[in-house]
Amino acid sequence: MEGFTHLIPHAAGHEVIRQGLKELSLIRMTPDIIYDQLIGVGAASQLVFSWGGNPGVGSLHRLRDAVENGWPRAIEIVEYTHAAMAAAYVAGASGLPFGTIRGAPRTDLPSVAAHMQWIDSPFGDEQVLAVKPHRPDVTIIHAQRSDREGNVQLWGIVGIQKEAVMAAKRVVATVEEVVDELTPVPGAVVLPHLVIDAVSAVPGGAHPSYAAGYTRRDNAFYIGWDAISRNRDRFIAWVDRHIRGTTDMESFRASIRHVAS
Amino acid sequence: MSEPGWTSDEMMTIAAARSLRDGATCFVGIGLPSAAANLARRLHAPNLVLIYESGTIGSTPTVLPLSIGDGELAETADAVVPVPEIFAYWLEGGRIDVGFLGAAQIDRFANLNTTVIGSYQQPTVRLPGSGGAPEIAASAHEVLVVVRHNRRTFVETLDFVSTRGDRVSRVITDLGILEPVASDRELVLTHVSPGVIVGAVREATGWPLHEADRVIDLEPPTDTELGALRELRSDRQ
Repeated sequence: MEGFTHLIPHAAGHEVIRQGLKELSLIRMTPDIIYDQLIGVGAASQLVFSWGGNPGVGSLHRLRDAVENGWPRAIEIVEYTHAAMAAAYVAGASGLPFGTIRGAPRTDLPSVAAHMQWIDSPFGDEQVLAVKPHRPDVTIIHAQRSDREGNVQLWGIVGIQKEAVMAAKRVVATVEEVVDELTPVPGAVVLPHLVIDAVSAVPGGAHPSYAAGYTRRDNAFYIGWDAISRNRDRFIAWVDRHIRGTTDMESFRASIRHVAS
Repeated sequence: MSEPGWTSDEMMTIAAARSLRDGATCFVGIGLPSAAANLARRLHAPNLVLIYESGTIGSTPTVLPLSIGDGELAETADAVVPVPEIFAYWLEGGRIDVGFLGAAQIDRFANLNTTVIGSYQQPTVRLPGSGGAPEIAASAHEVLVVVRHNRRTFVETLDFVSTRGDRVSRVITDLGILEPVASDRELVLTHVSPGVIVGAVREATGWPLHEADRVIDLEPPTDTELGALRELRSDRQ
């Protein structure tokens, strides 16, 4: 489930929780609230990532509880830097055995991360950092729209979604709307239907993240998540009521609005 | 002495903003660095080019973004590029003048820890991780760090070296400014904030902090600086 702050597929993440999937290996550069929820309900056995926090707010408390205390279960950490994660997706999409970046010499991460290895350049004296590629079984993205053939169009901060899609064996896209024709939009990426396995129309499906041109980022929700996620009982009660107790994004939104009012 | 009309955090952000020169291309972390860079753009550096790791180049937000991917950053940008490009072509390609970072821990050579407190395998505190910082610090031509000054942060030994301080030219804190002036690149105290004594900075530092031959008193915030900062911080929601 990719999305660099923008276009994060929250509705799809909620559905994974409702279906009770377990033993997932979660991959994402910037795991935020939706991965905090998945980790907090014990859905994940592994997290592959490069920055795990609530941007501008603080910690992901469910992630921290899993790493520091093994609650509700232990989680394996596979950690990259942002540049290394980006290269790992590009290499996965390209079918290469490894990706390369210039890297940051003499830092500690490569010494605890077997998937990041310094290698000699074949063309000079420099060393470069080789990174193990990502080949997700499934990539899920949220996008602004698709046409009826399943061509998917996204714009604004396009992040790493194209690479995450091209690296994956299967791809599911949720979209704000399905249209008859994808008209051009400045800066837009179009992912051809050839690489998309399923499209589902889920208006507002990124909330509390956003879809440029359709919805705004709900910064108040991100700030409010800190208190909800800090306490195990409160977190579980919240998930039971607002995710397991609802059926889709629309009823989830109605449920949390009811609390706010 | 009467209470000043500003906080030490405001002084820190203003001192950090003053450290940015007009026209520079600046790779900005979220939080304190973003506040300082946006303030500089409002004041003496209108041509400062702000680059966020979400891929937005030349963003000119009117209010401070909460995250590095707020819609305002993309809407006001000259260009929005995919994440692999921002790191490969822009950062590691050598197109960034100044990298601007925060940290949970810093040592006397400006190495930074944003990964764990305690051991890597069994951390007592799991921090967010590397993010873009290691490559920002390795590839930007110059690196600024802005961080609050206390013994929890300014430590003798880092629990984990997430990011190397080799290119750090200045560490701006709520008590003053540290710079690596000598050839061994150990940080020394070069400036103190108004009303702060050198002893207090030493007390807040987890290693025996040396000071420069002459420690300069920072100018207090001007009304213009304070007004611009408070306007940026208002109406963030």
